Amino acid sequence: MEYFLELICGGLTRGAIYALIALGYTMVYGIIGLINFAHGEIYMIGAFTAFIIATALTIYGFPLAAVVIVAGLAAAVWAAAYGYTVERIAYRPLRGAPRLSPLISAIGMSFFLQNYVLLAQTADFVPFPALIPDFDFLEPYSHIIGASDLVILATTAVVMVTLTCVIRYTTIGKAMRATAQDSAMALLLGINVNRVISITFIIGSALAAIGGLLVASHIGQINFYIGFLAGIKAFAAAVLGGIGSIPGAVLGGMLLGLTESFGTGYISSDYEDVFAFSLLVLILIFKPAGLLGKATVEKV
Amino acid sequence: MLRLEHVRAGYGNILAIKDISLVISEGEIVTLIGANGAGKSTTLMTISGLVPCRGGKILLNGREIQGEAPDNIVRLGLSQVPEGRHIFPLLTVKENLDMGAFLRRDKDGVKRDLEFVYTLFPILEKRQRQHGGALSGGEQQMLAMSRALMARPKMLLLDEPSMGLAPLLIKQIFAIIERLNRERGTTIFLVEQNARKALRVAHRGYVLENGEIIVTGTGRELAANEKVQSAYLGM
Ligand SMILES: Nc1ncnc2c1ncn2[C@@H]1O[C@H](COP(=O)(O)OP(=O)(O)O)[C@@H](O)[C@H]1O
Ligand SMILES: [Mg+2]
Repeated sequence: MEYFLELICGGLTRGAIYALIALGYTMVYGIIGLINFAHGEIYMIGAFTAFIIATALTIYGFPLAAVVIVAGLAAAVWAAAYGYTVERIAYRPLRGAPRLSPLISAIGMSFFLQNYVLLAQTADFVPFPALIPDFDFLEPYSHIIGASDLVILATTAVVMVTLTCVIRYTTIGKAMRATAQDSAMALLLGINVNRVISITFIIGSALAAIGGLLVASHIGQINFYIGFLAGIKAFAAAVLGGIGSIPGAVLGGMLLGLTESFGTGYISSDYEDVFAFSLLVLILIFKPAGLLGKATVEKV
Repeated sequence: MLRLEHVRAGYGNILAIKDISLVISEGEIVTLIGANGAGKSTTLMTISGLVPCRGGKILLNGREIQGEAPDNIVRLGLSQVPEGRHIFPLLTVKENLDMGAFLRRDKDGVKRDLEFVYTLFPILEKRQRQHGGALSGGEQQMLAMSRALMARPKMLLLDEPSMGLAPLLIKQIFAIIERLNRERGTTIFLVEQNARKALRVAHRGYVLENGEIIVTGTGRELAANEKVQSAYLGM
């Protein structure tokens, strides 16, 4: 029973991270119909920014809480700047071009960012400082849930609720939905569609960076390549839930996390990635648009 | 108020409108009639800045607006209700109306205008929490017009507002158009295939054929014109 609970907690923690990253994929897809392959790299850049800031602040002896907050904010802002720039230089000039062009541009951006961090930093794994302290009150349950699991789950929950409120109730949130549904009409109403798209990239990138910080602190090391697998898994989560759907991204992330957790926990950890993608294939066979996706005809 | 001088526009290699010149004065209802594919919608989209103007000038109160971003054109008081209404299907009726007021910062004015469109079309208030996609065609047209009114435009571009509606609804929509013009002084540029109705409410009209204006005159003159009668009034 305790092992079962441990697997649940581990699965939800993984799932929360997948969901944080998947939101960026799904929001961008919802609004411009593009799979932003560089999104995993934005997550990686978020982790590196947090690493640099957190390491520096720790050396100067700042208290842990300040380190976490400053590193988190810096990572979010810096990753958002990258996300914004990637859209401006790699996708916006291709708006109106055949669908394949921005897709290729996205893959190019992904490689570029990976290699840029490889050159600017190092090819080796760097140790990431532990930003999340052990909580005394968790001591009796430490074999089921760790402090960083709890922090990851709580942070993700807060982020999700905030995002949902922004999208549902604010003017910019409504404009994002309007643009996703009918961008020409949005233009006719005076909505600056380019700005809405930029904001979407900024929000998605900031969320990925927060995910990057949380995972890095959880696992304890990062390198230039971590965005690749995390990106693919989160993308799978977005597709699983129904790409373009925000609740779908969360559901898909959680489902993927739990599947991996139970698969590795009860069967074998050698096949970690196999479980994720088997689930994806299975769901897509029975629900091609994903769990919460709209069944639309693909316009190619 | 709005003046087009030798405007040309199109898509790719197609030149959909070739040499359009027309004038709309403040307070007028002017109609543009023409067969399917004549270039009516393209004309409106060019004015709104969604189709690039390839030649000529578009002047709004003496200021050139060709090449302006669409949001600036809305800011200058020009709103369009496009053909097919384009209601946001997954936004509620109220949210659709909110989007109409996207550029406005005067909360009180927006609230007054919301009350105004709800008195024009009480059904919208009843359905304000429903998704736009759940409305009937007639209700969608009412919502589309109301959404444009939420911008408090000085001039309204209407693209085939009667399309696909039952006769009673068409009558209601045209009555509202006249009322907006009379009571609020809103200038109206009305694109229609329903030439008979359009010429009845319009002060003046233009007839478009293959991307060119072929006749112009008052509503009465055009209704009496032989060419117009045979081509557009089915006489
Ligand atoms: N998005 C588009 N792409 C290419 N051609 C178009 C497009 N929209 C309209 N056209 C062409 O431009 C011409 C004028 O169309 P339109 O302005 O819609 O006419 P109307 O509104 O009078 O029916 C038509 O020949 C039509 O086929
Ligand atoms: Mg048309």
